[in-house]
Amino acid sequence: MTHSTANIPGPDELREMSPEEAMLAGADSGGVHVVHRRQRYPIPGTKAEKRAERGVSFMFGLAALAGVAFIVVFVAWPYVYHLPGEGSQRFRFYTPLLGGLLGLMLLGLGFGAVLWAKWLMPEEEAVEERDDEPSPDEEKLMTAATLSVGFEDTGLQRRRMLVGSLALAGGALATVPLVALVGALIKKPGNQLAHTLWGQPPDKYPNGVPVIYSDGRRVSPNDIQAGGLATVFPGVPGGITSANTPTLLIRLRPNQTVKSRKGQADFGWGDFVAFSKICTHAGCPASLYEQQTTRLLCPCHQSQFEVLQDAKPVFGPATRPLPKLPLGIEVVDGTQYFVGRHDFVEPIGPAYWERP
Amino acid sequence: MTATRERETASEPRSRRNQPRTLLGKTGEWFEERLKVARPTRHYLNKVFPDHWSFMMGEIALYSFVVLLLTGTFLTFFFDAAMGEVRYNGSYQPLQGVEMSQAYASTLHISFDVRGGLVIRQIHHWAALMFIAAMLIHMGRIFFTGAFRKPRELNWIIGISLIVLGVIEGFAGYSLPDDLLSGTGLRIADAIMLSIPIIGSWVSFAVFDGEFPGTAIVGRLYIAHVLLIPAILVALITVHLALIVRQKHTQFPAAGRTESSVSGERVYPIYAAKAGGFFFIVFGVLAGLGGFAQINPIWLFGPYNPAQVSSGSQPDWYMAMLDGSTRLFPSWEIHGLFGRYTVPAVFWPTVVLPTILIGLALAYPFIEARLTKDRAKHHLLQRPRDVPVRTSLGAMALTFCIVLFISGGNDLVAAAFDISLNAMTWGGRVALIILPPLAYVLTYRICLGLQRHDREVLEHGVETGIIRRLPTGEFIEVHQPLGPVDDHGHGELNYAGASVPKRMNQLGTGALRHARGFFRPVVEKPEIAEKLAEVEESEEASDAAERRDKIAVELEEVEAERRHQLTD
Repeated sequence: MTHSTANIPGPDELREMSPEEAMLAGADSGGVHVVHRRQRYPIPGTKAEKRAERGVSFMFGLAALAGVAFIVVFVAWPYVYHLPGEGSQRFRFYTPLLGGLLGLMLLGLGFGAVLWAKWLMPEEEAVEERDDEPSPDEEKLMTAATLSVGFEDTGLQRRRMLVGSLALAGGALATVPLVALVGALIKKPGNQLAHTLWGQPPDKYPNGVPVIYSDGRRVSPNDIQAGGLATVFPGVPGGITSANTPTLLIRLRPNQTVKSRKGQADFGWGDFVAFSKICTHAGCPASLYEQQTTRLLCPCHQSQFEVLQDAKPVFGPATRPLPKLPLGIEVVDGTQYFVGRHDFVEPIGPAYWERP
Repeated sequence: MTATRERETASEPRSRRNQPRTLLGKTGEWFEERLKVARPTRHYLNKVFPDHWSFMMGEIALYSFVVLLLTGTFLTFFFDAAMGEVRYNGSYQPLQGVEMSQAYASTLHISFDVRGGLVIRQIHHWAALMFIAAMLIHMGRIFFTGAFRKPRELNWIIGISLIVLGVIEGFAGYSLPDDLLSGTGLRIADAIMLSIPIIGSWVSFAVFDGEFPGTAIVGRLYIAHVLLIPAILVALITVHLALIVRQKHTQFPAAGRTESSVSGERVYPIYAAKAGGFFFIVFGVLAGLGGFAQINPIWLFGPYNPAQVSSGSQPDWYMAMLDGSTRLFPSWEIHGLFGRYTVPAVFWPTVVLPTILIGLALAYPFIEARLTKDRAKHHLLQRPRDVPVRTSLGAMALTFCIVLFISGGNDLVAAAFDISLNAMTWGGRVALIILPPLAYVLTYRICLGLQRHDREVLEHGVETGIIRRLPTGEFIEVHQPLGPVDDHGHGELNYAGASVPKRMNQLGTGALRHARGFFRPVVEKPEIAEKLAEVEESEEASDAAERRDKIAVELEEVEAERRHQLTD
């Protein structure tokens, strides 16, 4: 505080003053000068004053009432969900009622307090000194001396060995928690990102990995009509819940042909093709298929893939085609079922640094 | 200090007559004897807060944060941050028997089986949206009025850190229910982590404890959401407010306001009642929103499933800009870097762009100080029109962000207006490059126009709407000068950075802070006005007026001295 205490009146003087005068003197002594102060209703007991008081009290009364109503509704109103037509639907008003009444209570309190200040408390204009002049030179000099002598006392300027060893200890202190944390969290990615559960050892699945629906049924070519599609998974443990395995099985229309990528001409089967459903941009499922334009659209960032060009990206931020699953057929009990012959030949989903 | 102490010792032993007798006095004495609080108590009760509607934005952010803490604590009692598979058998029939994570099931439990759980969840979500919106608008206010200038650069940096942390906190929060929408968001977050050069896949595996999605992420996000980030937020908010108390508020220039003082109302009791009331108003509005406006109905989205997504998936609004930049960025991927490495296209719009934007915002006060060579302290705010370059830069940044924001929902815009989606994307790309410079030029012209109009009114006066015909037959509009005029009838007032009255009914309100009425000053009834004038007169005659004049002179002296120091 730079404000001198010299202009504080003495205790006896203060006792002589009215409370308001003493308050003003106190404010002055702290650098706060009340330059304007007037009662809102200088003439007490006018109609206007009573009206203002009634207004503020109404707000507080409203808050109290809303609070009581809130408690009643909270306890007594039914809140358990019922399907439409299967019991009372009054529960649908539970949340709006609670929010509305809570809001009313809080708004009543809030507006009451603000109007109280605006309508009933004195209007005033106070000016406070900012007190942000730079510290006087003597203060700065003494502080600077304190800092530099303290630093000299540590001897860090002269004692080289101490500095070196302390720096090493500090380095250890900073690194140890980092190593502990990072070391505990870290997991080696290896080449996990490059493989999915579609790739299984051939001795386990000699005919290829069964293609199944999300409910576990096997997928047969007869299930899907021309122009139709289905989301399929590998029929292996964890195949349905993995984030890498969802695959789109598309049946083309009779006159449509796919321009295959090099080396992938035999990945389709008949008029069926299967692509990873995971967008190569940011990993959302590219699940909107437009039959007319044969385009797959990812709803997250609108990358579009042309199915007839082997799911090549034709619009949006994706850069790579959706990886293609090599389809095969297994005949069980006279019915044809799809299998995945082997894993995708490239990593599915979003790209990463090590991706070839 | 010494003087006070001497006086105290001199008056001991105190006579019993001087001991406090009221309850308030006794309480005060109890604390005073233990903590010596008389002086600091008075100091803080008398702290002066200036009043302006735009200063409420930061308050809204603060109060929303308090609401977040209150409602969030309630939610922690019921939320189960685990990803084990369970079969739902709560009271929401459409999902009964569905396999889902414990996190999703407990969120359903909060929404359907905990009394009042849904309203608290929705208030919490609305408060989060409000928190970030209020912080951003508050930042805009600080920016456009130059409140970030010396000596407040530190608080600007803390403020931006608060916004960044708030966004991360919000994302962590809405990812917790493990529903289809938030799971999709996490999948994209995973793609963003993977896109970081060199360490990307390691970062992703460390965060998700293996390959996405794993079973660790909800638990980790939870502890970050309820402890780690809130603790940092509380610490930063505390420093933010402590710095405001230390440095005191900025204020707009007006009659009687100087760089060396701050004018307004004292905390106790007027400002405390107003600010406390405002807290309840903010909370009340949020409660109303939580009750009436459905938000994040996770039971309609279903549990997360990597094979599913709904069209029109939209994140919380503050993520839309990031979403938009990701949608607009072209498919530019670097293949075969050093022969075998990849830098994915996602990297640029989601990692590089936000880093640049945040970096620019953090550095802005220092950039501006360097370019304008303005090293002085500033406590009086600037009107945006008076600093056209900064205002135009701000408009440019805003335009950039708005284009990104709209592009974040370009599929919805395309659907609503029946526009081609591809046209929306291309439109966004073009707009992102063309509109910001255009906004700069337009804003600059508008600022200059407003400046000129201010000068014109100061020189020629306010248009009165009275048309007079001169003897020569010429029609002129009569102007009301704002102050003394020179021989040519031109006003002699200089522009002082304060708002200039532009209409007749604004005249005379500049000096009168307590003019009643929100949109226009209220005229008192004649009989009341008469009585008030009487009271004012008697006050004038008393020493109150004397005191006021004395203080005005003192303040002027202080200001003059300060100017003197500055010129030195």
